[in-house]
Amino acid sequence: MKNWYKILSVILISYTLVWGLLNPVPRLDILNETIRNVYYHVPIWFAMLFMMTVSLIQSLFTLTKNNLANDSKAYNAAIIGFFFAMPGLTTGCMWAKYTWGTWWTFQDPKLNGVAISILIYLAYFILRFSVDDEIKRARISAVYNVFAFVMMNVFIMVLPRLTDSLHPGNGGNPAFAKYDMDNNMRMVFYPAVIGWIFFSYWLFDLKNKISFIKNKLND
Amino acid sequence: MILSLIKKELLLEFRQKSTIGGVVVYVVGTIFVSALCFKGHLDKPTWNALFWIITLFTSVTISGKSFLKETGGQALYNYLHYSPTQFIVAKTIYNMVFMLALSLITFFFYGFFIKNEVENFSLFLLVLTLASTGLAAILSLMSAIASKANGNFAIMSILSFPVLMPLILVVIRISKQAVDGIEWAGVGLNFIGILIALNVLTIALSFLLFPYLWRD
Repeated sequence: MKNWYKILSVILISYTLVWGLLNPVPRLDILNETIRNVYYHVPIWFAMLFMMTVSLIQSLFTLTKNNLANDSKAYNAAIIGFFFAMPGLTTGCMWAKYTWGTWWTFQDPKLNGVAISILIYLAYFILRFSVDDEIKRARISAVYNVFAFVMMNVFIMVLPRLTDSLHPGNGGNPAFAKYDMDNNMRMVFYPAVIGWIFFSYWLFDLKNKISFIKNKLND
Repeated sequence: MILSLIKKELLLEFRQKSTIGGVVVYVVGTIFVSALCFKGHLDKPTWNALFWIITLFTSVTISGKSFLKETGGQALYNYLHYSPTQFIVAKTIYNMVFMLALSLITFFFYGFFIKNEVENFSLFLLVLTLASTGLAAILSLMSAIASKANGNFAIMSILSFPVLMPLILVVIRISKQAVDGIEWAGVGLNFIGILIALNVLTIALSFLLFPYLWRD
């Protein structure tokens, strides 16, 4: 059964989509019902970070093994991660509109971090398009990918912890800190994280197959 | 070996007077344009932000060509005579000195044409030095990447700006304290710590990654 994770991801995501809307949630100031966004927004970002990590690992393999297959996998993972950034951003914007009263704010370091990460990966794609030679492209873009991944993590992981963020859980805002999420919520949140990560891996697998076939057709 | 490389870079730079002169004119021109646009109506945060934006754009423009001349026969010569680590260390040190000089020149003309708002001068100098180091480390690697990508100029800025953001944001924050004239006792030392850590991280990364760009 090598497809177990695909089936599991479909089951888990459908379960969280339905039960996420129905289950009881704690009443917290400001957040109220919008706390349910934790089931959709956060797992999608986790899936994106997971894909970017896969991309980083494949880029490291490209550098150490000099293998072109790894390069195409790194690119595919980055594409899928980028694809996941879009719903992550949309759910975040919608949530922010109802709790902070605005679609976007520059006051929050996490939002800036997201904008920068998107720019970084756009730069990565443009770098790839601008080099024609395959071997050269593999190596250059792998170097940029490793560097950019570290910088992105500095931005979205380290910097927000140093200043107050408007995000729930930071700077005294209520949210998914340990004591804010009760067991009912955990029953949805953790399956959602697993489900979306498996789903992203499934997409990654499909994308790899497509690029493999394209390569064969070109040869 | 590293010293001879740095010496070579310096000699090359001073022989081609057009580059050094070009840089100074570029900086003065930019500052003069901003001075005319703002006409002295700058509050402290704007002063600070404008200074770092000018420095950022100048350093990206200048260091973009830092690896461009290392192509063809020159690249082959370098490849035969130096190891990649020596080469990137020399480039980074040279770029760092160059950027520090550049930011001091920028600061001088900025103070001259617009005004000098800095009140804690020693802190500002420290920030300038640390920022130059960080810029040099990041931009040397980015320039090496851009030169491999057919030396496209736009590529250099596209690649550099997003990865420079963490550095610039921390720098602007500390520099704001220097502009506001906060005494040393009240300065947020954790930010200076982060800046140093960021510098060490970028230098280590470019040291580790550059050898892969080297073999071509």
